[in-house]
Amino acid sequence: MTTVTRHTLPNGLTVILKEVHSAPIISWWIGYKVGSRNEPTGKTGISHWVEHMMFKGTERFPAGLLDREIDRAGGTWNAFTFMDYTMYFETLPADKIDIAMAAEADRMANAIFDPEETESERTVIISERQGLENQPTFWLQEEVRGAAFRVHGYHHEIIGDETDLRAMTRDDLYDHYRRHYCPANAVAVAVGAFDSAEMLSKIEGLYGSIESREAPALFVRAEPSQQGERRVLVERPGKTAFYEICHRIPDAAHEDWVKLKVLDNVLSGSGGASDNKTSRLYQALVKTEIAAGVGAMIVPTIDPYLYSIIVTLRDERSPAEAEEVLLDEIARLQEHGISGEELSKARKQAKAAFAYSTESVTEQAYWLAQSFVLDKEDWFEGYLDRLTRVSADDVVDVANRYLVPKGRVVGILQPTDPEAERE
Amino acid sequence: MSAYTASIPNAGNINRVEFDNGLVLLVYENRAVESVNITASIHAGSIYERPERSGLASLVSSALLTGTQQRNFDEIHASLESIGAELSMRGHIHKLGLFGKALAEDLRPLLETASEALSYPTFPAEHVERLRGERLTWLQYSSFDTRYRASKAMRQALYPASHPYHYGTYGDEETIAAVSQADLSTFHANHVGPDGMILVIVGHVDTEDALRLVRETLGDWRNPEQAEVARADFLDAPGATERQTVFVPGKTQCDISMGALGPARAAPDYLAAQIANSVLGEFGMMGRIGKSVREEQGLAYYAYSHLGGGHGPDPWIVSAGVNPDNVEQAIDSILWEVERLVSEAVADEDLADNQSYFTGRLPLRLESNEGISSQIHAMESYNLGLNYLAEYKDMIFRISKDDVLNAAQHYLDPKNMVIAVAGPQPDASTARNTQTREK
Repeated sequence: MTTVTRHTLPNGLTVILKEVHSAPIISWWIGYKVGSRNEPTGKTGISHWVEHMMFKGTERFPAGLLDREIDRAGGTWNAFTFMDYTMYFETLPADKIDIAMAAEADRMANAIFDPEETESERTVIISERQGLENQPTFWLQEEVRGAAFRVHGYHHEIIGDETDLRAMTRDDLYDHYRRHYCPANAVAVAVGAFDSAEMLSKIEGLYGSIESREAPALFVRAEPSQQGERRVLVERPGKTAFYEICHRIPDAAHEDWVKLKVLDNVLSGSGGASDNKTSRLYQALVKTEIAAGVGAMIVPTIDPYLYSIIVTLRDERSPAEAEEVLLDEIARLQEHGISGEELSKARKQAKAAFAYSTESVTEQAYWLAQSFVLDKEDWFEGYLDRLTRVSADDVVDVANRYLVPKGRVVGILQPTDPEAERE
Repeated sequence: MSAYTASIPNAGNINRVEFDNGLVLLVYENRAVESVNITASIHAGSIYERPERSGLASLVSSALLTGTQQRNFDEIHASLESIGAELSMRGHIHKLGLFGKALAEDLRPLLETASEALSYPTFPAEHVERLRGERLTWLQYSSFDTRYRASKAMRQALYPASHPYHYGTYGDEETIAAVSQADLSTFHANHVGPDGMILVIVGHVDTEDALRLVRETLGDWRNPEQAEVARADFLDAPGATERQTVFVPGKTQCDISMGALGPARAAPDYLAAQIANSVLGEFGMMGRIGKSVREEQGLAYYAYSHLGGGHGPDPWIVSAGVNPDNVEQAIDSILWEVERLVSEAVADEDLADNQSYFTGRLPLRLESNEGISSQIHAMESYNLGLNYLAEYKDMIFRISKDDVLNAAQHYLDPKNMVIAVAGPQPDASTARNTQTREK
């Protein structure tokens, strides 16, 4: 693997570079350490809305100019907001990357936030939320997270609550932008066909003059410990029931996180083949025709979050049936552990999944940017080594410590009669 | 020719071999990665099924990996998952598609399993029933998905019931319930075979090794019962605007799907139509439609157009998700942009922008094994020639403003489009359009 180099500019900007010369392409990422986790009540969704406003232009790069220039160059660009961070990226032919780097430098400090554009974008964002609301599982996820986090910012959806989206002002957005978008709160990552010394010099020229400010104090409220199982019920018109069970797990930098990742592979098969049919939960729920599908989610986060398993029930099967089977499977793992074969499979799948997910420069750059914002710089380079060191005993240990009733949040999406809605 | 141009897949670096059984193998070595990808297609899509068995081809594709004469369900999947490999089959309209990837060292077991599943499936009854249940759950869930419902309503109005494109590849609850195990076996026997099969292998692999492995695993496969290749008829465009409104309870947003008959991939004006589509709803932030509907009016999070371009008259689609109060304004804005596209030539700058866009994005499209496989498969499947990518830039820059205008006029007419809207109960002002034809 090519060496990754790290640098810090005098104004606090962290720079991560990795040369990859397999194709004449460069992926350029700017990540900011701010996301929905840092939003107080009344400002939910502000990080995501600011991300949208960043595409409305600066004086030097008016709205639409970059859309055109990047498409003309055959590149791609986009952005996304997560609970812990906001990312912007451009992947372009190597000889065209300069405009992207210059534009990201400019909008780190000079985005306009025109009041009319802000109002126009308000309805776009509400439309985005309403589009999500059309998916029944969005309502379930929103309720489950709300139940799991009473205090911490993980309690609301990244898109935000509609009441806040209607109330926030242009000045709210601009203030959020000015406080959080500065070199000391950001990381710049380049992966692709370049010479590192030349690239660093170019970055210093473009970003070195951006005003130096201390990294902002981020709004974070620690979640108090859970005092018992929590349950939520969501009722929506439809025909399909869903069951979700979540357990609290530690942050990504914690040594247990990767052990839980292996545990998840054994249970749900995620991280391996896209539809892992030998996993325990597939065998216990789908093959037995209780569920039409089962999936799990374990995402790396800055603060402790949730390990979630969600079951799509077949017609005329009940959430209670799924729950009984799921809890039996968790108990079986806790009592009897995992086999050497399962551990070996998890390792091989992790190796393969890692290889697949790092074949493009865009994905490699994302891994590196994510590592930085998670405060775990060796996340990318050391990932496979850490995962390979996990033992069967480690998996049982984390199962016993984390998959416990006291830290459990259960959500049920119960379909209601669609005909009743017509009346 | 630059070093990069020389390195893109072309007749000189793609190894193409025709087997006696009709299989065409194309191998491209990509040493920059650790994995290998296989992409294949067989003439066994939904075009070969009867309307009362809609969804059969797709079920066959799903069921191929549930059991073979050699191995049962668990043995097949354990062999794949233990090496971190992926193998999936999917039924499309014209073809059964196969996709697989593995670490380079595991190409043999990947090909062996693919070959076994294609050649010797047993369609075990218990797994057919399980798949049926899963499919029915998916269909029930989708019946409450406004995007799915709008798209389905558009498709059914654009293509008559006598045309295979009228039907979704996943079928309906009634047709899926009626499919029998014997239907699956018969369809497999009649349609799944090596004749006309295209297999593309891309990745960290030696061409000779790949050729040998394919010869060993698929070279002896024969299916004398395999049917002739079917084609989808080309149709006349609708003679009037047709509106479809689908009520989906419990929703807050409407999805709009507007369609016209688009070009086949092999049509001489396909590339010109692609540029027209890009101007309309793709380039930059979703083209002119995105600029108007999203950026200027703030009506939608997404509003874009898409050109299918397969073996037959795939639809040219415009999609948008909007608040119910904004449906008519969004539709009017989209139709205005379609009218503009067919009535005036694009500006020189627009054409230059899009020519640069189409040619410039090639390196990104060819960065991954999947991207390379997809391009090579398309070159073979649509008879584009293996130098198509090498000549692509010249073809794009030969397209004129008149070509773009002619292509838009050939396929689009704002007065003759199918417009489907799915969402919450319409109010009185929109209800007037329900299930009506308007001149």
